[in-house]
Amino acid sequence: MTAPPLLTVRNLRVTYPAAQGDIHAVRNVSFTLARERLGIVGESGSGKSTLGRAIMGLVPRPGRVAADELRLGAIDLRNLGESGFRRLRGRRIAMVLQDPKFALNPVMSVGHQIAETHRAHVRGSARAARRAALEMLHAVRIRDPERVFGLYPHQVSGGMGQRVMIAMMLIADPEVLIADEPTSALDATVQTQVLAILDELVRGRGMGLILISHNLPLVASFCDRVLVMYSGRVVETCGAGALRQARHPYTRGLLASLPELDHRRDVLPQLQRDPAWAEGA
Amino acid sequence: MIRLDRVTVRYGSGAHGIAAARDISFTIAAGEVFGLVGESGSGKSTVLRAVAGLLPHAEGIVELAGEAMPRRRTRAQRRLLQMVFQDPYGSLHPSQTVDQALAAPLRIHGLREGERRIAESLREVGLGPEHRFRFPHQLSGGQRQRVAIARALIVAPRILLLDEPTSALDVSVQAEILNLLMRLRREHGLTMLMVSHDLAVIAHLCERVGVMQHGALVEQTTVDALAAGTVTHAHTRELLESSARFERDR
Amino acid sequence: MSGAGLRAWLLDPVPASRRQARIGRWYRAALAFGGNGLAMAGLLIVLALVLIAIAAPLIADPQAATLQSLTDRLQPASWAHPFGTDELGRDIFARTVFGARITLTIVALVGLIVVPVGLGIGLPAGYFGGAVDAVLMRLTDIFLAFPRLVLALAFAAALGPGIVNAVVAIALTTWPPYARLARAETMTRRDAEFVQAAVLQGASRASILFRQILPLCLPSVVIRLTLDMAGIIITAAGLGFLGLGAQPPAPEWGAMVASGRQVLLDQWWVATIPGIAIFITSVGFNLFGDGLRDVADARGA
Repeated sequence: MTAPPLLTVRNLRVTYPAAQGDIHAVRNVSFTLARERLGIVGESGSGKSTLGRAIMGLVPRPGRVAADELRLGAIDLRNLGESGFRRLRGRRIAMVLQDPKFALNPVMSVGHQIAETHRAHVRGSARAARRAALEMLHAVRIRDPERVFGLYPHQVSGGMGQRVMIAMMLIADPEVLIADEPTSALDATVQTQVLAILDELVRGRGMGLILISHNLPLVASFCDRVLVMYSGRVVETCGAGALRQARHPYTRGLLASLPELDHRRDVLPQLQRDPAWAEGA
Repeated sequence: MIRLDRVTVRYGSGAHGIAAARDISFTIAAGEVFGLVGESGSGKSTVLRAVAGLLPHAEGIVELAGEAMPRRRTRAQRRLLQMVFQDPYGSLHPSQTVDQALAAPLRIHGLREGERRIAESLREVGLGPEHRFRFPHQLSGGQRQRVAIARALIVAPRILLLDEPTSALDVSVQAEILNLLMRLRREHGLTMLMVSHDLAVIAHLCERVGVMQHGALVEQTTVDALAAGTVTHAHTRELLESSARFERDR
Repeated sequence: MSGAGLRAWLLDPVPASRRQARIGRWYRAALAFGGNGLAMAGLLIVLALVLIAIAAPLIADPQAATLQSLTDRLQPASWAHPFGTDELGRDIFARTVFGARITLTIVALVGLIVVPVGLGIGLPAGYFGGAVDAVLMRLTDIFLAFPRLVLALAFAAALGPGIVNAVVAIALTTWPPYARLARAETMTRRDAEFVQAAVLQGASRASILFRQILPLCLPSVVIRLTLDMAGIIITAAGLGFLGLGAQPPAPEWGAMVASGRQVLLDQWWVATIPGIAIFITSVGFNLFGDGLRDVADARGA
C-alpha cells in the first residue's frame, strides 16, 4: 500500500460535556484507510458509531470533535464547518445507516431520491439523472429497476430498502463509504446478499469502506482489517483472517462468548472486564 | 407439556385475510427446550403468542400440561406459563421500579411472603438488593432482561416462553443471559419454547428445532442434525448456510 | 437525624424499604424541579396565590370587598385604598385579594371535573378500540366541533349565571382535548410488551388500565391541565366579563375588568389591576406546568 491513504485519522477524540464531567466517547483513535475494507467492531457504547459520525462531521452538539490529524485525501476535515462538510458528504464520503426507513424520505419515490442525489452532485439533465439512478438500481441487483424506481420507501422490504440506500450513497461515486450496521436489521439470508453487493461495488470502484458492526465473525469474514474498540479506544488492530489469533483479552473474550452451532458448550465463557482496558492497557 | 394441534392465526378477514401461521402442530415434552427458527415474517413469533394466549382469535388447539386452553384463560392457567420478551426496554413498565414489577404478579396470584420471594428471585437472576428500587432506565439492557426473567419466574411457572431474549443484547451480555437461562432450566426443570433467528443461540439452548417459513412449519429436526448438516428442507439448509459467515465468491 | 444524614438517607442508591425508595424518588424529582428557575418562579406564584386566597380575610377587610361608598368612587391609589376604588367606591385591593378565592375555586373545580372525564373517556376508547372507541370519540368530536367560548356561553346562558354553572360550562368545553390526549397515549401503550406481560400474569383489564396505562397518561394530562389553566382563567374571566360568571357584587376578576371598561381611559386602574392579576396567575400556572413537564420528561427518558 504505497498509494497515499484515502483517509487519515490521528488521535481523534470526541467529547460530550456532562454535569458529572466530560464523557469521552472516542479517545485517541488513529488509523488510515486505503482502498480496502476496514471493519470497526465493538459492543454498544464502545464509540464505534460516534467515530463514524465524527468522520462525517455529524456529531451533534454539544459534542466536540478534536484530532491531531483528520484528513480525507488532501482535505483537512478538522475545521471544515457544516457547509464544508455538506459539500463533501455524498460526493466524496458517504454513509449507510442501519435502518433505511429512517434515512429515506417517506413521501418521495426511491428512484426520485436517487436521481435527486445524482443531480445534487453531478450537474446534468433530469433525464440523465433518471438514467443514472436506474443504472445504479441495476448495479445493486434490483431485478426490475423501472418498477422499483416508482416505489415509495414503505413499499420496499428491508433488504430492498438497504440496497436502495446503497445505490443512493454510491451514485455520486464517493471515495469512502462508511456503513454503520448496514445489515443488522436484515435476515441472515438477505444480509449475505446485501454484503455481497456492497463488496462488489466497493471493489469495482476502488473505494475505501469502513464497516461498523457489533458482529465480530461477520466483520472478520468480510473485511481486510479489523479495529476492535472498547470504551472509546481501539484496543486491537488485526488482519481479519487472523482474528482467531487475536491477542487482546477483550477480543478473545468476545469471540469465546459466542455460541457456536458446531461446537456446543454447556456454559459459555463470560467476559470478565478489566478496568485497565479502558485506559489503553 | 405443550401440544399444538393445527393452530392457525389469521389477520384480517375473508379473502383479504393473511394467515400469519397455518396448521402448526408440534409437541414439547416436559423439561424439554424447543426452538423455533425462521426469518422475520415467518410466523414464529405469532406461534409463540398463540401459545402464550395473547391471540384470542387463534384457531386450533393449544394444550398446556394436558389441558386444552380456552379462549379466555383463567388466572391459574395463566400462571402455568410466563414469557420473556425481545426488547428489554419495552417489556418493563417505564415508571415502575423493579420492586413494583415483581410485586404485581404476587398480588395478582395472591402469593404470600412477597418480601422473601422478591429478594430470592432477584438473587436467582444475579441482581443485588441495590437494583430493587431502580427504574428500568437506570438499568443496562442485560440487567433489564434479568428483571424480566425474574418477573416471569416469580410466579413459579412450569413453562417459559422466550421471544428472541438475547437479540437486543451485546454478545458478552448474551452469553450471560444464555448461561442464566440454562441454569434456571436445570434448577427448575422448566419446559421452554424459544423463538430466535439465530441458529447458534437456538442450538445452544435447545434440543429440538422447528423451522418456519411463510407461516408454515416446514421442518422439525434436532440440533444434532443441524450441526451435522443432515437436514431435509431446502429452507433449513438456506438458513444454515447464511448463518455461516460471509463467503466471498472469488 | 442531621441534615447531611437526612440527605444521604433520601438519596441512598440502595433504599432499605419501599417507603424510603418512594420518598427518595419524590425528593429527587423535587431537586430536579428546584433546579429550574422559571419553574420555581411559577410554583411560587401559584403558592402565593393559594396563600392569598386562604388568608384573604387577614390581608384585606372582607367588608371592603363589597362595601359600596359612592362618595369614594373611582379614587386613585391612596393609603386607604392601595389600588384605588371602582365605580361603586369599592376597594379594588380587597376585591382583587378576594377575587383570588373565586379564581382558584373555578380552576380547581374545572380540574377536578376535566381530568377524570377526559381520562374516563380517553382510556377506554384507546384501550378497547372498535365500537367503544367510535362511540366515545364521536361524542368527543361533537364537543370539539363547537368554538369553546361560544359553547361555554350557551351552557352558561342555559344553566343561568353563577360561578358553579360557569365552572360546569367551562369543564364541558375543556374536556374533549383531554380525552383525545388520553386516547392517543393509551393507544401507543396498549400493545406494549409490558402490557402483554401483565396480561400473561393474569392481570384483569381494569387492573391493566389503572395500574399500567393510567400512570403513564396521567403526567401528560396533568401537565396539559396546568398549561391550560391560563386559558381556563381567561374563559372564566370572559364569562364574568359578559355577566355569565360570578354575579355582582362578587369580586370576580373578569367581571371587574368588564366594569372598568367604561372608565379605562380616565381611571385606568379599575380594569388594569384585576387584568394584571389574571395575567400573573396565568403566567404562574404556565411556568409551573412547563417545569413539571421538564421533570416528567427527564424521568421518562
